[in-house]
Amino acid sequence: MNAQSPVRRTPTRAINWNRVQDETDLTVWNRLTSNFWLPEKVPLSNDIPSWATLTDYERQLTIRVFTGLTMLDTVQASVGAVSMMPDAVTPHEEAVLTNIAFMEAVHARSYSSIFSTLCSTQEIDEAFRWSEENTHLQKKADLILKHYKAADPLRRKVASCFLESFMFYSGFYLPMHWSSRAKLTNTADLIRLIIRDEAVHGYYIGYKFQRGLERVSEAERAAVKDFAFSLMFELYEVEEAYTEELYDGVGLSEDVKKFLHYNANKALMNLGYEALFPASVTDVNPAILAALSPNSDENHDFFSGSGSSYVIGKAVATEDEDWDF
Amino acid sequence: MAGLVYYSSGSGNTQRFVDRLGLPATRILGETRVTEPYVLITPSYSDGLGNGAVAKPVIRFLNDPANRCLLRGVIASGNRNFGEYFAHAGKIIAAKCGVPVLYRFELSGTDEDVARVRQGLETFWTRQRSIAP
Repeated sequence: MNAQSPVRRTPTRAINWNRVQDETDLTVWNRLTSNFWLPEKVPLSNDIPSWATLTDYERQLTIRVFTGLTMLDTVQASVGAVSMMPDAVTPHEEAVLTNIAFMEAVHARSYSSIFSTLCSTQEIDEAFRWSEENTHLQKKADLILKHYKAADPLRRKVASCFLESFMFYSGFYLPMHWSSRAKLTNTADLIRLIIRDEAVHGYYIGYKFQRGLERVSEAERAAVKDFAFSLMFELYEVEEAYTEELYDGVGLSEDVKKFLHYNANKALMNLGYEALFPASVTDVNPAILAALSPNSDENHDFFSGSGSSYVIGKAVATEDEDWDF
Repeated sequence: MAGLVYYSSGSGNTQRFVDRLGLPATRILGETRVTEPYVLITPSYSDGLGNGAVAKPVIRFLNDPANRCLLRGVIASGNRNFGEYFAHAGKIIAAKCGVPVLYRFELSGTDEDVARVRQGLETFWTRQRSIAP
């Protein structure tokens, strides 16, 4: 009776995690969800006595550094991760990005937990005002936001990867520094959870970037690479100025810059590119590296000659069941 | 110099490291079988508790007793951001197979890492041959 054919439209699709096109989506989803945490799990109040041992300048520096980190996390939670969702090539990638966006919001929220535990309302308000007025910090945000709002998915991923794997580190340096001096150690524990998350985010965005790169022409690949390196130079210049403004007063600027170079290289590696800064300027203070990965046991490094205590084990017959990790 | 076997995932970090090493190497893909002593280069993937550090294809490869008994050492990559579980796969494989962790590097490694591993492997194999029965 009714000869009218229904209007053809693309059906709304439900995400099917039992049909995954890209295994990495599932692996990263599992990793991120198993790493889930909230600031309430860290006993920040144990740092109150330690906080009292810092000078006024050191306290102000710490609050400002954390406010700067809060701002970047806010950008990544509300704009960065969300802006990459329409670029997703699988529904699972979109789901992973929702997780990234939420965890960035958790990170941003965490700094407020630190503040409410350690600082006065007046100190907190002053720092947030500072973050809005600081030209270097605002420039950092502008440089990234510009590419988040532009049309190109590949360039957006470059900007996002640099934020996750490079731009946080002028800030992350300070809690690692305090931790290496046995100060604010619980705060450092919380920051390490953030640092761990950022590694997975940087890895994943870099991975998706490389997949995207495979689909464009040789000429476009070259153009994107030029873009990535020039953006890195641009960001580095701002980071350098930001670092000097914050850390000159405590004599740590040069030490922080080595940490920046080291992390810039890692950000580029996440995108599949070669390192930019040579070893002569990436010799990060060992105390900072140790604070970053405590108990990671350097003794096991055979080639570096530091493994004097190492004894080659006798090979035991390993049963297949032993490999059931 | 004896063999080099490696695993690299979609990020391609280990592949890029091995390319720069410029030594003959076998990539673990599907059913991989080796016939001479080798050093394994593998990335690490552990979660916040150190679980799941060794990639499944590496587990499958080492589950083969013939492959496992030829393993002489492991080089693990990772990211220091994972704290105490940086390059954790190396430690696990070393403990399970009774071989040393020879070296650890981050992501696709720096030029210094490449040089150290090249040099280290040469010395290692020379020493291995001198103590081999």
